Order: sequence, then C-alpha cells, then structure tokens
Amino acid sequence: MEVALEDDNLMEKVVLPPDEQEIDVELEAKEKKYLRGEGANLEILKDKKLKTQLASREKLYGKSAKAAAKIEKWLLPASAGYLETDGLEKTWRVKQTDIAKEVDKLSLRNQYDIVLPDFGPYKLDFTASGRHMLAGGRKGHLALVDMMNMNLIKEIQVRETVRDVAFLHNDQFFAAAQKKYSYIYARDGTELHCLKERGPVARLRFLKNHFLLASVNKIGQLHYQDVTYGDMVASIRTGKGRTDVMEVNPYNGVVALGHSGGTVTMWKPTSQAPLVQMQCHPGPVSSVAFHPNGHLMATSGKERKVKIWDLRKFEEIQTIHGFHAKTLSFSQKGLLAAGTGSFVQVLGDSSGAYSRYMSHSMVKGYQIEKVMFRPYEDVLGMGHSMGWSSVLIPGSGEPNFDSWVANPFETSKQRREKEVHLLLDKLPPETIMLDPSKIGAMRPSRRKEKPTRGEIEAEKEVAIEAAKSIELKKKTKGRNKPSKRTKNKKELVEKAKRTFPEQEHSAVGKKRRIGEDAAAELPTSLKRFARKN
Amino acid sequence: MRIKTISRSVDEFTRERSQDLQRVFHNFDPSLRPMEKAVEYQRALTAAKLEKIFARPFVGAMDGHRDGISCMAKNPNYLKGIFSASMDGDIRLWDIATRRTVCQFPGHQGAVRGLTVSTDGNVLVSCGTDCNVRLWSVPRPSLEDSDLSSEKSTEPSAVYTCKNALLAVDHQFEGDLFATAGAQLDIWNHNRSQPVQSFTSGSHSVISVRFNPGEPDILATSSGDNHISIYDIRMSSAARKILMRTKTNSIAWNPMEPMNFTAANEDGNCYSFDGRKNEEAKCVHKDHVSAVMDIDFSPTGREFVTGSYDRSVRIFPYNGGHSREIYHTKRMQRVFCVKYSSDATYVISGSDDTNLRLWKAKASEQLGVILPREQKKHEYNEAVKNRYKHLPEIKRIVRHRHLPKPIYKAKAESRAMNDAKRRKDERRKAHSAPGTVVTESHRTRRIIKEVE
Repeated sequence: MEVALEDDNLMEKVVLPPDEQEIDVELEAKEKKYLRGEGANLEILKDKKLKTQLASREKLYGKSAKAAAKIEKWLLPASAGYLETDGLEKTWRVKQTDIAKEVDKLSLRNQYDIVLPDFGPYKLDFTASGRHMLAGGRKGHLALVDMMNMNLIKEIQVRETVRDVAFLHNDQFFAAAQKKYSYIYARDGTELHCLKERGPVARLRFLKNHFLLASVNKIGQLHYQDVTYGDMVASIRTGKGRTDVMEVNPYNGVVALGHSGGTVTMWKPTSQAPLVQMQCHPGPVSSVAFHPNGHLMATSGKERKVKIWDLRKFEEIQTIHGFHAKTLSFSQKGLLAAGTGSFVQVLGDSSGAYSRYMSHSMVKGYQIEKVMFRPYEDVLGMGHSMGWSSVLIPGSGEPNFDSWVANPFETSKQRREKEVHLLLDKLPPETIMLDPSKIGAMRPSRRKEKPTRGEIEAEKEVAIEAAKSIELKKKTKGRNKPSKRTKNKKELVEKAKRTFPEQEHSAVGKKRRIGEDAAAELPTSLKRFARKN
Repeated sequence: MRIKTISRSVDEFTRERSQDLQRVFHNFDPSLRPMEKAVEYQRALTAAKLEKIFARPFVGAMDGHRDGISCMAKNPNYLKGIFSASMDGDIRLWDIATRRTVCQFPGHQGAVRGLTVSTDGNVLVSCGTDCNVRLWSVPRPSLEDSDLSSEKSTEPSAVYTCKNALLAVDHQFEGDLFATAGAQLDIWNHNRSQPVQSFTSGSHSVISVRFNPGEPDILATSSGDNHISIYDIRMSSAARKILMRTKTNSIAWNPMEPMNFTAANEDGNCYSFDGRKNEEAKCVHKDHVSAVMDIDFSPTGREFVTGSYDRSVRIFPYNGGHSREIYHTKRMQRVFCVKYSSDATYVISGSDDTNLRLWKAKASEQLGVILPREQKKHEYNEAVKNRYKHLPEIKRIVRHRHLPKPIYKAKAESRAMNDAKRRKDERRKAHSAPGTVVTESHRTRRIIKEVE
C-alpha cells in the first residue's frame, strides 16, 4: 500500500514537455465530466477505518475518470459534425441546398420531403437509437419507417383522429392517442390494447427507465400507466384545465405541463400536488422542451417569446424575441430547434447564450406541427400539415453511440437481450424526483421519513377538494332525500380527511428530555443529564 | 465553408461474416445515461435478492464415524483429503470430492484428542487420552484409490507413550518437530521416543497448541488457567503470557500476517491479538452465544471460520467484529472442530453427531467452471452490491439470516442484558465525579494482565 503511494508522488514530480502538457490540460477538462461532481469531504469523518476505505475509493474514481477521458480522446470512432463559415458568411444563411453540395452521398439520403397532403398534420416520434420513426397523421394515418434503409415497415389507417403517437421501449410497440381512447399497437399493426381509462388523450409520452406511459387528456388529467403489467400507477387531477403541452425531462423523469395561464407545472406519479409551479409566460404556454442534461428548459408562449430557464435555480437565463414557436426540441448536443408556421429556426449555444445557428423555411402552405431531432444523427425531423420532412443540421447529434445504451445497428438478438435487461433495470415510480442524484446518498439519520407539515397540508387539501367534487348518483324511488345526500357528502369528505394521520398537538403536555437551550439554565450539577446532540 | 455531418457506413459498424463477433462500441459519457444512479441501485437490489436465492451452502455430509468427532487435520499437500478423528479412537482419511473414507487408521484405545500432518504430507501424528502419540505414514493417493469398495487400514509407523493424557498436537512448518499439549508442553522429533524439550507452566494442563506459519520456532498455547502463552522453542520459558478471564479453546495464526493470531474463547468471543503487543486485543469478534470450540483461518488470511458449542458455524472477516455468515442445521449438534479448505472454497465442520459436514465458504457461489462472462457478471454484482449495501433496503436483505430459535433467543437475552449493563454503567459514570469511573474498551475488557 505504501509503495503505491510513493509511486504516485514520484509521478507528480515529473515535468512533461509542453505539447504533452496541453494534452494533459485537455484531458483534465474531459475528466471532470466523468468524475460526476465533487468528491466527498472526508475531513469530517472520525471513523478511521471508514475514512481509509472511502479515500481508496475516491482514488479509484479518479483513475477510472482518467481512463474514460483517455478513451474519449483516442478511441472513439467518429467525431461530431460541424458547420464553419469563413469571415463574412453567416451560418444561418446557409441553405440545405448549399449543404447538399458539400456533404457525402450517405448524408444526402437524410434530406427529403414526404408529401402526403390528404392525412393532416403529422406528429413524429423516434426510437431511442434513432433507427425507427413513427409518423401519425391527424386523419388517422400511422406509419412506421426504418430510417436506415428508408423502408416503410408498416402503415395503417385507423380511420379516426390521431392526436399523438409515441414509441414504447423499442420499435416493437407503439401507442397512438385516438379520438376517444388510446391504443397500443404491435410493430405489424395489430391492435394490442385499448386504454379506456384515460379518455380522449391530447399528448402521449413514454418514460423509458420506468416503463411508464404518461398522458394528459382533454380534461387536464395526468395518467401514468406501467406498460409491463398494465397497472395504472397514478391518475392525477391537475386542476388547471385542459392542456396539450406535455414534455418529459429525460434527466429525472419528471413530466412538465404547460397551461393556458402561462404556468408550467412539474409532476411526479407519487404525489397529487405538483412538484414545482413556475409562472413562465403572461399568456398561454405553447411548447416546452428539455435539454438532455436536465438543467435547461425552453418554453415558448403566445406572446412570441422563447425563454430559456435554468432548472437548478428555477430562473430565467435568456429570452429570445421575435417568433411564436409552436414546437420546440433540443438535440443531444444542445441545439434548440423552434418551429413556427413554415419556418424552423435552430439556435446554438456555442457562444454561451443561444443565438441563431441555422434556419430552414418550407413552402408557404406547409404548417409545421412538430420538430424533433433524430438521436445520434445530424438530422432534424419535421412533421407538417403536408407530410413530413427531414433536413441536415451539422453538429446536432452525438456521433458516438454506446452499444449498451442505444445501438442503431441492432440485430434482433441484441434487441431481445436489451429488452430483457431494460426490464430487469426497470425503476419503480418512486425514483422520479427533481434531483435524481439523491438516490443512494445517505441522509443525516432521522428516525422515520416524515413529510413536512406544509406538504401534508397541501395533500390534505387536494384530497378534500377531490372528495367534495365527487358527484353522487341521484337515487330514485323516494331514496333521494336532501338530508341523506348532504350526510353522504360529508362522510366522503371525512373519509378523505381520515387518511391523513392526526397532527400532534403540542398543547398536550409530553414529558421531554431537557434540551440544549434549557441546558444553559440548569444548575451545574444537573448539566451532564442535558440531552447531548 | 466547411461542413461535416455524421455519416456512418454500415460495414464499419456491423460484422462481416456470421462467424465474426458482433461489433460493440463504448461511450462512457454520463449524459447518455440519465438516472444511472437509480439504475445502479436497482441492480444492487436485484443482486442482493439473487444472492439470497442462490444461497445454498450445504454441500454434503460425510458419515462413517461411530462417535462424536474430536479433531480434524488438513493435508497441506493434497487438497482433496482431510483427516478426522473421533472420540472412540477412530481416525479416517476422507476424500472430499466423493465424501467417502479412503483409509482408516485404527489403534487408539480412547478418544483421539489431536491430529496433525507434517508439512510434506507424509506423516500423520495423532495423540489421545490413552497417553499415546502415534505416527502414521500417509498413503499416497493413486489411481487404484478410485476403487472405492476397499477401505484400507494401516499400521502406525511409531507409537510413543507418555505419562499423562495428551490434549492437542501440532506440527512445525518446514521442520520435523511437533509439539504435544497435555500436563505440560512437549516438543518431539519424529525419530525420538522421548520429547526433545519440555515446558512446564504451573499446575494446569495445556489445552491447545499451534505453531506459527511464518516463524518455525514460535508457537502459541492456551492453558486451563486462562492463560495464552507464546513460546519460542529456542528459549527455556514462555516469551509472552496473557491472562484472560476465561479459557481459550483454540488458537489460529493468520497465514497472511503471521504475527497476528486469533484465540477462540470460552465466553463466546474470538480475540485477535498482535503477537508482539498483547495489552489489548486488536479486534473482538462477537457473535456466538456459547463457547467457541475451534477456529481456522482461510488461506487468504481475510476471514476465519469458527465452530461453537451453540451448534453453529460462523465465518468472520479478519478485522470485523461480527460474522458475515452463519451455518446451522437441525441435525448438527455441538461443533467441536472446523477447518477451512486450502483453496478457500469450502468449510468443513466436525460435530458431536458423528458427521463431518462440507459447506461452501461463499453460500451463493457457483461451483465448477465459470465462463468469463459469468465471472464478470458475478464480479459486477458483487461490486454494485457493495456500493449500496449501507442503504436500508439492501442492508436488510444482505444481512438477513435465519437463526435457530435457541440462538435467536439467547442473542435477544444477551442483548437485553448488555443494554441494561451499559445503561447502568452510564448512569454510574454520570453520577460519579468526572474521571473516577473509567469505561474499559471491549478490546481490553476480558484481559486481566499481560505477563512478561
């Protein structure tokens, strides 16, 4: 053990030549990303055994971060795309036709327009690996496309309004929100399930790690359903009315709804009250998007502003004026695409704040319904009123995929294995929280996990409101006395109250051990019996 | 204007022929893995549960003896064999793989009290209450032994007689001396019929003896008057002596740190000492509820196994105060001897019910040949479980063991008694003038004094 320490000390003293020093600095910057935050403060520990164990662990973390940084520098097979203009030319004046001249044939296949004027505005969804795309037209057209070969795998016409589409955990299953109910289909188009409980759904999103299908319906109710065994995990009455703006934060699994009052609320399935309520815009919120690192949120309102928010402090970072973005999407590398009318603008944060990077305008009549970046490719997919299109945005996708996270070149065997592993790693819905790094951390010891008084009160009020608004069936044949009706209503409210344990009243005197403040008043002979903290 | 977009050609990312391996690519970027901590926690939970599902430690029992097993010996050169001796003088050599007796060594009239094998594996030394020391030559294992129907028996190569009953024997590492314990401690040579050297230490008999694996001339003994003594055979009297409150039944030296030894005491605790510094124990291992009868270290030096009068076998980490594993069966009665196999995979216990039992050292281990991918998965499961094992849900699963009712009740009782005692001591301390009442640490509590 001691010999290893000496070796480390020796290595630190060697002075490197200047270009290797540069590489070292670069590697250090990369290392920070892999260290995932600060190391633990070991000075406050008194237990020597624990201290040495944790110190050796911290060393190991440092070593693995170094190794990962080296791999990133030398061993990754592909490098990111870029668009660099010289001098006076601006990047946002570069058109797709100019890009087409400079780029290779394989990328050119990703620039296309598919015109299907009969079936209404199209919504899109991609699988996690970016290989498959699901397009759903308002008038009932569902199409599953393999993007690698541009193969149409299956298309069906459900002959009903389709409001939203979503893939489940892989390309084998997808869900469509249709006129009255939502349906789950298999890859070959067979209808597997009809989800009646949700009612007419406006937006559907899938939480991958938890296998939860989240939806918001026309009444403003939020439903979470576990698709592995079909249990409805939560159905939450938001109380804020009808909305069709719903997005999932990929970093922590929290669902954000944008309301017509300009508020954005964040929800988790285990509580009836929202986690956060933010007043984002003076008017209705048109669209919400989350950056993959979980710290940034972009919202757009009808007053033609796009605002970028920091989710750690819940503060506004930036406002972009000028256009009303009907749809927003972040790419894996942090580019923001905003679609308004028949015009898409892509903003990039290369200079710290989001500024114009590229733009694309379509034929005047094509109203863009949804923009979505394709994972692991430099491609932006747009669903519009006349079909769907795809354009090249260099530098938007992550060039190196990890075969165990998402593999665009998956074989069927690998897909089946991955499905099993995903199911084994399925997270329970309790793990959805604003700060997921709290999982596995030790809390300062407390006897029992108690929600604060405020939280209990809030939940209680919500439950009482819900109980009060339950409509009782009007009985016939003389059983519908008003006195009985009021009594039953009161009972329902009492029942809702009863589920919350009574708050301890400090009025009832309890024998208490002498606290620290009281210790100062004690005579000296009794001081040793004061409670030691 | 320079433009580059991501374009992946299919040949680079897929395999050429179906005989090739699939191509896999790594990107360790944390931003590609949202909720990685929660996923890891989930995997740790699953790993803990799987470990419990696969925990089947009992491999088999070897029966054949007609009286309770009194002692066992490992052959340092041959992994598959173990010697055991019983209270009626029957010594057998077992083949662990087939769990059958290979050879019998009849001859002792009374109980055989000590058994040991020389380091080269040729000579077996046994001693018993009939005041005899017998030397046997160990049969070489050969292909003919695979014929299991013949149980051979051999004649002792030498019989030496003493004046008093003998209680323990141990052989020197890398030498041809062995020590017997009885009324006094005797050092013998293979070829002499009288002891080469004798150490007397007062009126009480010497109960157990153990040579140090690192220093060939040092041995540790325990005597009936609660002493633990360390002797150097080149000197004429004990080098160190520790007086404890209760007697020590057995001692084992740590094979990886030969200056440390652990003593199995009559009060149910095991005390680890540094051989050079005896004022306080390095560690007190507390989990048995009755006297600890025997102790043996794993060849890795990282854990040891103990067998106790309370019908259980426990495995302790070398530096931890509580056992990581307990083995018990309804049919296993008082455990008198335990051995850790030389490949650190098995634990053998010999008990009062005339059986030797073979247990796995790691209860959920997969025996046999393991593929490299399986091995990696096991290692990953172990690592991820260790990362989260302090969290309540996982701790509960990892720690959970079913205890037989007598042990459970005895532990609850002793816990209540210790709590009461501790509370009373605290109050006594609080009511006295500060500094007059000193709490003794557990490591020194049971040691009365160190002599020399």
